[in-house]
Amino acid sequence: MPAGLRRGSAPRALSGAKSARWRPGIAASCRHTEVFASGGEATGAALALALARDARNADAEDQRPWLWVQDKAALRLSGRPYRPGLPEHLRHRLIHVAANTPEDALFALEEGLRCRDLAFVIGELAGNPRALDFTASRRLSLAAEKHGTALWLVRLDARADLGSARMRWRAAAAASPPPRWNPQAPGQPVWRAELFRAHTFQPGHWTLRDDGNALAAELSISDAPDHGDLVRGSGARSLAAG
Amino acid sequence: MAIWCADLALDRWRLAEGCARGQGSDAAPLALIAETAHGPRLAAVNAAAAEQGVRAHMMLADARALCPALGVRPADPAGDLAFLEHLALWAQRWGPWSALDPPDGLIVDTTGAAHLFGGEAALLADAHAQLRRRGLLARAAIAPTAGAAWALAHCGAQDRPDGAVLEGEAMLERLGPLPVAALRLDDDVLLLLRRLGLKRIEDLAGIGREALARRFRTRRAPAANPLVRLDQLLGRVPEPLLPVIAAEQPMVQRRLMEPIRHRALLDRVLTDLAEDMARALEARGEGARRLELAAWKVDGDVLVRRLEMAAATRDPAHVCRLFAARLDDLDVGFGIELVRLTAPWTEPVALAQADLDAGAERHGTSLAACLDRLTVRLGEGAVRRPLPRASHVPERAQCWAPPLEPQPGLQEDFAFHERPLKLLDRPEPIAVIYEAPDGLPRLFRWRGGVHEIARAEGPERIAPEWWRERSTVRLRDYYRIEDSTGRRYWIYRHGLASDGRGGAPEWFLQGLYA
Repeated sequence: MPAGLRRGSAPRALSGAKSARWRPGIAASCRHTEVFASGGEATGAALALALARDARNADAEDQRPWLWVQDKAALRLSGRPYRPGLPEHLRHRLIHVAANTPEDALFALEEGLRCRDLAFVIGELAGNPRALDFTASRRLSLAAEKHGTALWLVRLDARADLGSARMRWRAAAAASPPPRWNPQAPGQPVWRAELFRAHTFQPGHWTLRDDGNALAAELSISDAPDHGDLVRGSGARSLAAG
Repeated sequence: MAIWCADLALDRWRLAEGCARGQGSDAAPLALIAETAHGPRLAAVNAAAAEQGVRAHMMLADARALCPALGVRPADPAGDLAFLEHLALWAQRWGPWSALDPPDGLIVDTTGAAHLFGGEAALLADAHAQLRRRGLLARAAIAPTAGAAWALAHCGAQDRPDGAVLEGEAMLERLGPLPVAALRLDDDVLLLLRRLGLKRIEDLAGIGREALARRFRTRRAPAANPLVRLDQLLGRVPEPLLPVIAAEQPMVQRRLMEPIRHRALLDRVLTDLAEDMARALEARGEGARRLELAAWKVDGDVLVRRLEMAAATRDPAHVCRLFAARLDDLDVGFGIELVRLTAPWTEPVALAQADLDAGAERHGTSLAACLDRLTVRLGEGAVRRPLPRASHVPERAQCWAPPLEPQPGLQEDFAFHERPLKLLDRPEPIAVIYEAPDGLPRLFRWRGGVHEIARAEGPERIAPEWWRERSTVRLRDYYRIEDSTGRRYWIYRHGLASDGRGGAPEWFLQGLYA
């Protein structure tokens, strides 16, 4: 986390506008989220899927298809979606777009955001392509907000340069808890995630766990800004307003 | 009724030349040739050439030796077939159904229709007269079954007054003297029958059924099995025919007074055409799945652009938008003078009432429109959805299909144990360091990074599909692993050291877990 950001967040945390702390299931008005992850693991896409499901838990009846756009570099780096491994309630609704260039991928993302029959859109882009500058990012944000379709943009092996996403996460895989019946086996997926840019939430570090039905989060005490028990005890209610 | 256009290819050539039989350019020896792997071969010869000893199916070089003055023209089998299709539709004047009998025949079902023409003989006379008026040399025959009619048309004696009409009774007596070639058999079967000394249908019918059935028990196709053909000839087994049905495709076009060379004008024409097409489709209650835009240039060249939609539509704005991406590389040369839009593939679309209020509120595009735009820009295979497939081999357990394709009828998905979220397009080899030679590796190197295996589950042994693959394909032992930093992968060992199907087994990384 940049030092300036950490310093800046503490005074503004008390001002009310930004005092809420993110937790799973909280209603976020954010439509454009970026997840930065390494290309050699499936963390980025998995976290984006988990966050998307977390955001959509309110209307579980929604049976609209969803779009997954990958450019060629992302495809080569981290592979294609695999239907038997996708979450059960999502696998039959996937529409996959394999774009050749980042420009084509951005076009597909924007078309997907403008479609009213899609539940959400996941994009996967590798590196920092020239086409994905601040203007392109802003276009995506505006399209997402205008049409109300959520966009989860996974950036593989990318620098966090200028972007207009309302929330930006940085994620990596973490050691999973041992399963009950076979402690030698890998368990439920766990990620270390850092929310390093958010408009309405405080930045922070979490250990996120997908337990099959919902997203569970633990605040990593060691890395979080020190607010003692106050924030957690108040149930993520704004301290100033409360 | 069976119609045999005995000289179809040459009759078409004569019609194109505008000369009568034996007159004009048809008076000289002439042959139509087809290119084959062994050089040009004669497909059809006219009467003058036949007099010189030239026969069809000869090589052109042999024919030239017999008749040095032989003129040649290219044969056109595709054109002949298209002509035959038109002829089949035209032949529905004599009966409700007609079927093609390629390369040069037709079958018309005249059941219950002959009395309209004054009996079967009068119907045949009418058919002969009409076909002769079209300039076709044709033989026709009427019989209770398609096979019998075919036999009479091709091999029957037509000089007798009632030679071409066969009544229901005593079919075998009438058809018995015909050669076995009248049974519509393949050439190799005819050769076999000739070697067996069976020359006529009555010879074949005289042999017991059991003997024929045993001799040809391995032949399933009717054209290779004389017994099936004999039964079809006598009406003992049914013989379904595929009828030809005319499908009229909506077509709109604009002739332009001045050839256009500029894109803006072409867009204007395209908008007009799309609106015309929308009206034409609306009148039929249909929407287009495929559209073809053909532009005739001044120099006679035709530029064609095709478009396929994910769902049937007739929205002019959508069509224009999709075509706009396809017209960028159009080379108009000296200009375009005729633009035509056709819809070869249509599907019924009911008229829907325009929703005045909700239409303004619910902005955004529909799924089909979105998919069309993506497909037009990114290409055919770029937008797909995964469908399950009945296979336990990981990369074969899913297949990719067009996005609006219905799900195939599987009873249920295979219940796999734990599958990765993502699969690499091709498994990547990893270098491993073992603790024990047969077991799980302790370390592996993938893409330049070293991963230490902290926890693992496995092996899950996946055997090759022996009914689909060769016997030398090796089995795979899959392990679900987590490395020391928590990254979860799916790796496998390809084969066993002792399976005798290659050297030491190699390790691959195939999937990435969430």
